[in-house]
Amino acid sequence: MSNKKDFGFETKMLHAGHIPDAVTGARAVPIYQTTSYVFDSPDKAAQLFELKQYGNIYTRINNPTTAVFEERMAALENGTGALATASGMAAQFTTLMTLLRPGDEVVASSHLYGGTYTQLEHTMKQLHVKVHFVDPTDIKNWQAAINNKTKALYGETIGNPKGSILDIEKVGALAASHSIPLIIDSTFASPYLCRPLDHGANIVVHSATKFIGGHGNSIGGVIVADGKFDFTNYPSIADPTASYHNLKFFETFGEYGFLMKARTVTLRDTGACISPFNAFLLIQGLETLSLRMDRHVKNALAVATFLKEHPQVAWVNYAGLPDNPFHDLAKKYVPKGPGAVFSFGLKKGSGDVREKGKKFIESLDLFSHLANIGDARSLVIHPASTTHQQLSNAELEKAGVGPELIRLSVGLETIEDLLWDLDKALQQSNL
Amino acid sequence: MGLRQSLTTEQSLDTNLTAEDKALFKHAKNIQQILKGVKTVAMVGLSNKPERPSNFVASYLLSEGYNVIPVNPRADEILGQKSYPDLKSIPVPIDVVDIFRAPAACDAIVDEVIEVGAKAVWLQLGVINRNAANAALDAGLTVVMDACMKIEHGRYNGSLHLVGMNTGIISARRAKVGLG
Ligand SMILES: Cc1ncc(COP(=O)(O)O)c(C=O)c1O
Repeated sequence: MSNKKDFGFETKMLHAGHIPDAVTGARAVPIYQTTSYVFDSPDKAAQLFELKQYGNIYTRINNPTTAVFEERMAALENGTGALATASGMAAQFTTLMTLLRPGDEVVASSHLYGGTYTQLEHTMKQLHVKVHFVDPTDIKNWQAAINNKTKALYGETIGNPKGSILDIEKVGALAASHSIPLIIDSTFASPYLCRPLDHGANIVVHSATKFIGGHGNSIGGVIVADGKFDFTNYPSIADPTASYHNLKFFETFGEYGFLMKARTVTLRDTGACISPFNAFLLIQGLETLSLRMDRHVKNALAVATFLKEHPQVAWVNYAGLPDNPFHDLAKKYVPKGPGAVFSFGLKKGSGDVREKGKKFIESLDLFSHLANIGDARSLVIHPASTTHQQLSNAELEKAGVGPELIRLSVGLETIEDLLWDLDKALQQSNL
Repeated sequence: MGLRQSLTTEQSLDTNLTAEDKALFKHAKNIQQILKGVKTVAMVGLSNKPERPSNFVASYLLSEGYNVIPVNPRADEILGQKSYPDLKSIPVPIDVVDIFRAPAACDAIVDEVIEVGAKAVWLQLGVINRNAANAALDAGLTVVMDACMKIEHGRYNGSLHLVGMNTGIISARRAKVGLG
């Protein structure tokens, strides 16, 4: 019997959550493309439905392929467990639906993915949850927005759209002092670059669609919990749950209480489960995560450095550059590099800079023009002519995405080819 | 009741015990030894209310093939098993005593455990009494503290994994058919 130490990240990336199949010996993770599972007996079935046994019931609640993805993510984030969902948006929503009740409030960073902002501001409002958005760079702003209705703090490791780095330890300490959980969206970092739970976050959510899958082929999300947050005085997890004969999730499942409720109540009732096939593809992504992320950040730094020196470029917002205001926080929280997604500004010439942006996009041959990040291929988007095209230049400036802003997600291609493509497009768009 | 023989983990994500405490009272070897080696579990403080954690654990252990003996002076029978007012009244040998009581009650209970000659004592998740645990150790018992028998059993038979939890188990060896 080995007294095994903690295994390294790469070992977990390849092994955690999967033991070679007992019946077939299959080494790769089998795809259990099934909706449901035959019960051993009526008594065992009853035990499963009452949560007195852990086991397979129905793929909306759990699935053996998805379980490998979940345990692997939990292991990589140093969490107690995980729950996979249909998308990153579903991971966030499932987390909030599990924690919050009507009348509760959330304090969130204003440096968020646009879709998340919309979910928090509008969809949460429909559920009578008010979200206060704060400039995350000063802890006093967080402190000032907390009141006795606040039930969660929310931020991103690497925030949209400015690439700001959140001081997770400070926000985590504040959350702990108010006995409320800190939720971190760590999509841009992936567990290889940053593990927020190690810095005092309590729940991590990911859009696995991005670097975790890594190949731009599957939408998915995941929630990982630290298992350390004390939910004793947190009603949604501690109080009796009517749909399970008044089961008290925290008392019964302890460190697994939040995740068990998220799975067997929220996911069961809202239905945003992941397909086993997508879970399989995300597992394939995870098996090379460290290798890809090393290359992503290496290429990203090279691209950022190149752009910074380019005469057609006004500014570059990448925390990996030494003169970036978030460089010190980046060294602390993402020491291997602050991801591969960042924005830069085209130099405003005599013409319309929005047109210049369009021309730049049209002149690229290697960067794919689309609305995603975290693909192995390099991606580009010009918000002023796509996602934010209905806004005036003044409104764009106010939203922090000026008409000159270009966002890149730097991929794994040969670096000289990426620089060649960018240089060419910068020259051609110099109207 | 079979457990994966070759697999062990020292990992526990629980925060209530110090590393030193965990080495003594949450040792994977002791946990596995109890889960694999025992047949009869006396459960002190077992509730007859189906929504209580102790009832969950008892019902789980029964369905996994253990003999569960309730110890609860306010019940005659729980989950179809005759209930006894205390450990001394149980007429058969007890392998392990699983305690679901307030930490302060554990000193007296552990004295009784030692008296009836059980081989092991298990203080449930959240039940932390170092004095009582040390007394049991000194008397030569195998001791586990601040852990759940259902969760630990699920960790080693693979079912905890099925609900996405981090079992800490890493192995490239083929799993055994069934539960191994
Ligand atoms: C930071 C961040 N969070 C969440 C999401 C939403 O994820 P999904 O598209 O998988 O629902 C995205 C997707 O763009 C994102 O970039």
